[in-house]
Amino acid sequence: MTGTLSVFRRELAGYFATPVAYVFIVGFLLLAGIFTFYVGGLFERGQADLKPFFMFHPWLYVVMMPAIAMRLWAEERRSGTIELLLTLPVGLGGVVLGKFLAAWAFTAIALALTFPVWITVNLLGDPDNGVIVASYIGSLLMAGGYLAICACLSAATRNQVVAFVVGVVVCLLFTVAGSPIVLDAVAGWAPSVLVDALASFSFLTRFSAIMNGVIDARDAVFFASLIAVWLFANTVVVDANKAG
Amino acid sequence: MAMIDIRQLVKRFGTFTAVDGVSFSVERGTVLGFLGPNGAGKSTTMKTITGFLAPTSGSVSVCGFDVEKAPLEAKRRIGYLPEGAPTYPDMTPAGFLDFIADVRGMTRAQRTQAVAGAVERVELGAVLHQPIETLSKGFKRRVGLAQAILHDPEVLILDEPTDGLDPNQKHQVRRLIASMAADKAIVISTHILEEVEAVCTRALIIGRGKVLAEGHPAEGGWRFGDLVAAPGRMDALFRRITTGASDLGEAA
Repeated sequence: MTGTLSVFRRELAGYFATPVAYVFIVGFLLLAGIFTFYVGGLFERGQADLKPFFMFHPWLYVVMMPAIAMRLWAEERRSGTIELLLTLPVGLGGVVLGKFLAAWAFTAIALALTFPVWITVNLLGDPDNGVIVASYIGSLLMAGGYLAICACLSAATRNQVVAFVVGVVVCLLFTVAGSPIVLDAVAGWAPSVLVDALASFSFLTRFSAIMNGVIDARDAVFFASLIAVWLFANTVVVDANKAG
Repeated sequence: MAMIDIRQLVKRFGTFTAVDGVSFSVERGTVLGFLGPNGAGKSTTMKTITGFLAPTSGSVSVCGFDVEKAPLEAKRRIGYLPEGAPTYPDMTPAGFLDFIADVRGMTRAQRTQAVAGAVERVELGAVLHQPIETLSKGFKRRVGLAQAILHDPEVLILDEPTDGLDPNQKHQVRRLIASMAADKAIVISTHILEEVEAVCTRALIIGRGKVLAEGHPAEGGWRFGDLVAAPGRMDALFRRITTGASDLGEAA
């Protein structure tokens, strides 16, 4: 456990040791702002809620989460530090968890810095702050899902660019799993059970329910178990690839 | 009790056999030199001792702990300098060593003391707060060494500890190894035969995954089985053992 905490601290501090953290946070806030105000039309809608802000989070995460997670393992493998890390007295599971939690905490910081939008709608009107809190929690949970996927993919390569691009593609597939893009390709030949199962993986569907202010236990369990499965896969991938 | 005990170690990567039935043990107070051509299996053997790679068959135990069955107990007792001395380039030596001490479960006070001790032994004080990526090769290697000796381990595994260093730095690292030899079991791998004569108390010549010869200092130089190499003449003997060439001349 102490090892997990040390890895967590080092990784989180690592984001801020280079310009990565600042570039990321500024980029994230800028994009979130553009989507909210120009594409989502927060002011034009004339409603005091944050739907135009949250509805673009899945799309933002599809690009931003791979950027946060791409270096987690690829960099360790490229520089050879993985050999150092995995010969320290920490279990592999502890290292995987520490790295994931650091990326997640960093995302939480970036997300928290969007608070001016929340203040704005409160100044302009009388929003349902319960819905907003639920949306923030749901958004963070969803970000955890994307990060767990990308952390695992990062362990499969020693090249950060590969980790990023594959991460974007896989995240996109999970995002739109419930939409015609994916379902049409499968519905022709697969049994309907499989189609339904696939549709239930959709981050977009899950998150739009949360955005309406309802954190369904099933959605929370979905994201939590998705994270657990991908982190387990992460340990398997690291173990299988460390020699090469 | 042997500090390192390796029995019939085999490591395969797919169809390639990197280590093919290696057995040896290392006692406290021994500095064992691993000699061998590139690709002989030296690094792979070290990676299995430190628990980075799992053996295909055979067993490795460190201080009585089987590396596969009790990996954390074994890893606590090992200090390891991997090949090329990898470190995190954007950290400073101070931050990096503090991280290693933290992972090893030391309290704040213990960390401060351990880092100060290691920094003094490898003479890192001057660059303690500079990012590692800006340091010279010699300093980077010393950061790696400091990391390995930080917790005063009973077993030290050093993969090419002097590779890429200038003669003065090599001398310094050898002196450091010699100064720690008395109460530890140390394994170093090297291509430099004079290094074996300078710091080792035993040597194994490894080739194609097997132990080809075991040597120790004897009257008139180093004795490997029936062969004796005079001081400074180990390279001919090395060539003969690893390639079968018979240009041994007067060393035989």
